[in-house]
Amino acid sequence: MLDQTDDILEMKDIVKEFPGVRALDGVSLSVRRGEIHAICGENGAGKSTLMKVLSGVHPHGSYGGEIFFEGKPAKFSNIRDSEGAGIVIIHQELALIPELSITENIFLGNEVRGRGGIDWNTARQRAKELMARVGLQDDPDSRIKTLGVGKQQLVEIAKAISKNVSLLILDEPTAALNESDSSHLLDLIREFKSHGMTCIMISHKLNEIAAIADSITIIRDGHSVETITVPPGEHVDEDRLIRGMVGRPLTSRYPEHTSHPGDVLLEVKDWTIRHPEVTERLVCKGSTFQIRRGEIVGFAGLMGAGRTELARSLFGRSYGRYVKGTMTMHGREVSPKTVEQAIELGLAYVTEDRKVLGLNLLDAIRTTIVSADLPRISSRGVVDRNAEHVAAEKYRRDLRIKTPSVNEGVIKLSGGNQQKVVVAKWLFTEPELLILDEPTRGIDVGAKYEMYGIMNALADEGKAIMMISSELPELLGTCDRIYTVSAGLITGCVDAKDATQEGLMRLMTLVPTNTTTAA
Amino acid sequence: MNALKELFGGSLRQFGMLFVMVALALLFHGLTGGLVITPTNLMNLLNGNSYILVLAIGMVMVIIIGHIDLSVGSVAAFVGIVVAIAMRDWGIPWWLAFILGLALGAVCGAWQGFWVAYMGIPGFIVTLAGYMFFRGANQWVGKSLTVPVPKAFQYLGAGYLPEWGPDTAMNNSTLLLGIVAVVVLVWMQLSQRRALEKIGADVPALSVTVIRLVLVTLVIGYLTWMFGTGRPGSSFPVPGLILVALVILYSYLTSRTIFGRHIYAVGGNRLAAELSGVNTKRTYFLVMMNMAMLAAFAGMMFVGRSTASGPFDGVGWELDAIAAVFIGGAAVSGGVGTVVGSVIGGLVMAVLNNGLQLMSAGSDATQMIKGLVLLAAVALDVWQKSQNKPSITGLLFPSKKGVAETPEHTTKAPV
Repeated sequence: MLDQTDDILEMKDIVKEFPGVRALDGVSLSVRRGEIHAICGENGAGKSTLMKVLSGVHPHGSYGGEIFFEGKPAKFSNIRDSEGAGIVIIHQELALIPELSITENIFLGNEVRGRGGIDWNTARQRAKELMARVGLQDDPDSRIKTLGVGKQQLVEIAKAISKNVSLLILDEPTAALNESDSSHLLDLIREFKSHGMTCIMISHKLNEIAAIADSITIIRDGHSVETITVPPGEHVDEDRLIRGMVGRPLTSRYPEHTSHPGDVLLEVKDWTIRHPEVTERLVCKGSTFQIRRGEIVGFAGLMGAGRTELARSLFGRSYGRYVKGTMTMHGREVSPKTVEQAIELGLAYVTEDRKVLGLNLLDAIRTTIVSADLPRISSRGVVDRNAEHVAAEKYRRDLRIKTPSVNEGVIKLSGGNQQKVVVAKWLFTEPELLILDEPTRGIDVGAKYEMYGIMNALADEGKAIMMISSELPELLGTCDRIYTVSAGLITGCVDAKDATQEGLMRLMTLVPTNTTTAA
Repeated sequence: MNALKELFGGSLRQFGMLFVMVALALLFHGLTGGLVITPTNLMNLLNGNSYILVLAIGMVMVIIIGHIDLSVGSVAAFVGIVVAIAMRDWGIPWWLAFILGLALGAVCGAWQGFWVAYMGIPGFIVTLAGYMFFRGANQWVGKSLTVPVPKAFQYLGAGYLPEWGPDTAMNNSTLLLGIVAVVVLVWMQLSQRRALEKIGADVPALSVTVIRLVLVTLVIGYLTWMFGTGRPGSSFPVPGLILVALVILYSYLTSRTIFGRHIYAVGGNRLAAELSGVNTKRTYFLVMMNMAMLAAFAGMMFVGRSTASGPFDGVGWELDAIAAVFIGGAAVSGGVGTVVGSVIGGLVMAVLNNGLQLMSAGSDATQMIKGLVLLAAVALDVWQKSQNKPSITGLLFPSKKGVAETPEHTTKAPV
């Protein structure tokens, strides 16, 4: 059935390593001419890395394996090369310049040259034609920042097709779009297909994949698991995709642990938060949940579901704009409005991106560990450096931070040890509720195991742990209960003992029907 | 090299800059036939540069938080003229005028800090506006005239310590200062050792401590002798004493207090600092306010030295202070820098200036050379970082980490 000569793209055994991580470990992908080929997989499975390899963001030579495009070996060393060959990628984060007009953005880096500069009349004319093809009726001179996200996405596509594209790659094109914009975009992709264009689409939304894809490749942990060809006129079974995405065996990668949940420590009711900039968007829509002492509670959801936003808004309102909702600790209503107040109440938040949000990479280990609660080791504003040393040494021992000295800079540590420093910094505040946001991302298996052990020990001490993770096996292996979050709503609460990855994935991809955006 | 490292407690990098300064001084001493390292010249060096070094102390804090202050020269000039007029026309005593000057500096700083911290306007813009505004204010208040200040105020900018007691062939005030400095350093070293022993940390070998103390004592002794044996009536100068006091105070503030930690935290990673409970706005505000107060202080020292306040005081000071901070190893992106490093950076510039002047180089050549030295210092720093390994130049032109230093280094360098 598959005719080899009809393949527009063939990627063979692609291997890509980053320091300490093998992001792609032998991924193969073949795409037939004129089809819509979906790639799906969990967060961090390697989808985006694969597309970066294909488009030359990771240049030829920095990865292993071979790529054939239009039957010829492709050795792209940058995006210009791949675009010259006809491969255009539209990234998840839109790459438009907000202060420039639609025309200027479409031809950015590819300007229409006239005599002595840019020929704006021709450019504007061509922009109009391209905009008509994607169904945009705006003034080509309007600035990007005046457009909604849906229209911005269309500008990106117009920009892509201005480049004589034969293979269009869309990375999560509908992640930020509402339903009508999404369906318009999918229609557009179908129309391109009818004109003979080949598309690769990465998406988390399984219903969209089922609706549009001709073939689907599933990637898991840097491996390509399988490629499903959908016969014309049929739709793929979503359950089958879910099984493929999560189907790895649960081995003993998690320490044995029995929890002894005590009283309810934190109770959150009807918590509603607006997006800090796009104020008509609600990122938390009436979340209600509770966490007991000694309990590890997981929060599962896909990227952008609003888990981090929920955690940060609880942590001294450090994200978004508060709309309504109550927070109760020890049965007493509290409302920490600053991070300082949250820390005083016994909240601690280990951020998801430790390099951007969690650490001052210029700092030393000893000063980092005490940095979230300096008053504890200070008198009249002066830090007691000996007490600091004692505290840093204690956590170095307790958490087994591998370093010759606590005076070393945190930048010298491996990812796992950096993460331990961040955890130590928050343990030093003696919290009652520890929020861990992706605590094991980017650290190796051994360090992960240690991190789970630390969590279990803390739970046994009677602390409550709220754990956000995108790795379902990890949640199932470490948590007592798991809440699922989708599009800002808590869509379920399951006991980890009874839960399956398939069941969680179903709740996580549930698109709630009442997606009201205004409160 | 290892022995050196042990001796200077790992802050060999700071020592490198000090080494450059001493080498420059010796070089010029040789080239001028012995004009540089003399009591009178060293006093001139301190008197003529201490106000820039005072500015560098505040500027390094501003640069650590990731901003810059272009208004310091204008603020200094504005405060100088107001203080001069207050003493001449309103007849207030010099000490009250001094307090008034600091308060006025605080107000100027609070104004700029408000826009930077609470309105989110970049320090570059706010202080560029301040640069124009306060320069204009100086000329408006003083009607572009020069206003003299009384004798008592001149003590601040060019005074000497009194002579008293038995004839020791030295200025006794200077001698006393030198003895006190040595005693305090010995006591601090020993108590530090005791504290380290108590908490079970690594204590340096006793021989290391002893050698370190002997070396420091020799350096202080030499400087005491130099400053104590100048022409009669001279001593370690008052501006130098003010500088030393401020360096000790601000080193302590930046490396040992909660506020100091917050400065480095905000500059190193503002988002992480915010999520660790640091009030970043308040930190920005206080650092900008503090800078203007130090600018006011520097302005008054300068007025004292030049015996009058004029419409062109403080022109170009901001750039000298900024240059000192970057030669001293601070990073443009913030989060890195030390008070001691910046003052040493300023001293390197001062020695260069002074040496070239004594060689009767014109201001044209002096400026060209200073420009190249600034560029070379920072370029070597960047180059060394890109090599990602320690090199000789890396040791000589260091980048200082935002890591607290040991106390002996905060007091040793400027003495």
